[in-house]
Amino acid sequence: MQVKPFQPRDWDSHPPLIYPEYKSTVFRAPKKPLIPLKQSLSELTGPVYGHESVASGDSDLTQCARVSADPIGERIVVAGRVIDENGKPVPNTLVEIWQANAAGRYIHVNDQHNAPLDPNFFGAGRCVTDNDGRYKFYSIKPGAYPWGNHANAWRPAHIHLSLFGPTIATRLVTQLFFPGDPLLPLDPIFCSVPAAARNRLVAAFDLSVTEAGFALGYAFDIVLRGRAETPMEG
Amino acid sequence: MSGEPITLGQTPSQTAGPFFHSALLPDRGGYAYTGLAQSEVADAAVVGQQMSFEGTIVDGQGLPMPDALVELWQADAMGRYAHPADPRSSNAAFKGFGRAATDALGHFKFQTIKPGAIGDGQAPHLTLILFMRGGQNHLFTRAYFADETAANAQDPVLASVPADRRATLIASRTETGYVFNIRAQGDGETVFFDV
Ligand SMILES: [Fe+2]
Repeated sequence: MQVKPFQPRDWDSHPPLIYPEYKSTVFRAPKKPLIPLKQSLSELTGPVYGHESVASGDSDLTQCARVSADPIGERIVVAGRVIDENGKPVPNTLVEIWQANAAGRYIHVNDQHNAPLDPNFFGAGRCVTDNDGRYKFYSIKPGAYPWGNHANAWRPAHIHLSLFGPTIATRLVTQLFFPGDPLLPLDPIFCSVPAAARNRLVAAFDLSVTEAGFALGYAFDIVLRGRAETPMEG
Repeated sequence: MSGEPITLGQTPSQTAGPFFHSALLPDRGGYAYTGLAQSEVADAAVVGQQMSFEGTIVDGQGLPMPDALVELWQADAMGRYAHPADPRSSNAAFKGFGRAATDALGHFKFQTIKPGAIGDGQAPHLTLILFMRGGQNHLFTRAYFADETAANAQDPVLASVPADRRATLIASRTETGYVFNIRAQGDGETVFFDV
């Protein structure tokens, strides 16, 4: 069998494992160099979660946890394509997201930020991309929240995203940020990304994604590793 | 157009942070949301040798990590992956994927079956992917099995690892399965791979 391996992770695009300004990296990341691993069937396979694994309502965070009213906050649409670095769409792939509510508070039991929970908002959703790699979520714009990294530290508004792509080699967990956020240049997590790649994490306000009378739209394409040209022997 | 191949920049990785459980492993926290993957990878109905697979994750100061996520990817007992790239994967009933979060003591535990050899010269192994607060990029590692001495001796990936670090990739036998402790940094640092 011949299966094409994936291009390597581009370390000029990803943040360094240890970035002292982001204090949690200092003792939690390896110091020894990663050992190159020639991709085998173990890396050229991965879990398959197709359209049958999600419900259509899972991608509408404004409704999927609604109890008695719509959640509080600014309704948004986040939509885009999952493509690979060769420009090919990545169809039928799972996208999972999680975020704080409009007040900057997660539903998570360990989030002790003194801001209200919203009984109508859970802050997690998922969908599977269509044949063109497209995805779309409805949600509430997350609020900024404080964290303990340094004095008066605040995370810019962001949405966490988790993707598989075709195999475990294309696995990606990342964060989406919003344009014009004054906290971006102060955030060590965002700023740990090499400068040339940083803006790939900032969604674009997009009038064509915006729904009239309903919600502002943000466009965000996600680029996963693409197949290399030469097949591997397998 | 010139026919030049398109090269788009990869979307940068970012930490999963400490608050992923509600979305990625909601059953664990009792959240009102159904997770797609759990720490039970195989129930008793799956053909194969049942095993627990557990360990503790510690940081560079030896402190347990209470907020890490471990993902597991494995072949079935016949060495087949449930994926279209594996032409032998006739038994898609066994998905071979699981998620486990560490507890307050940094401990994680899966219940699964021991994978078979996939038939390309590699010894039986599990692929593990680690996510955590402070983990800017997910970390790939592998767990091999201490009682597969002969197969491990022939394994090309183990052979590519400096001999004095190989032991970090070998899970040892317990009464119910295997234990695989992970040291993210420092003395005895677990081998992580650039996949
Ligand atoms: Fe966050």
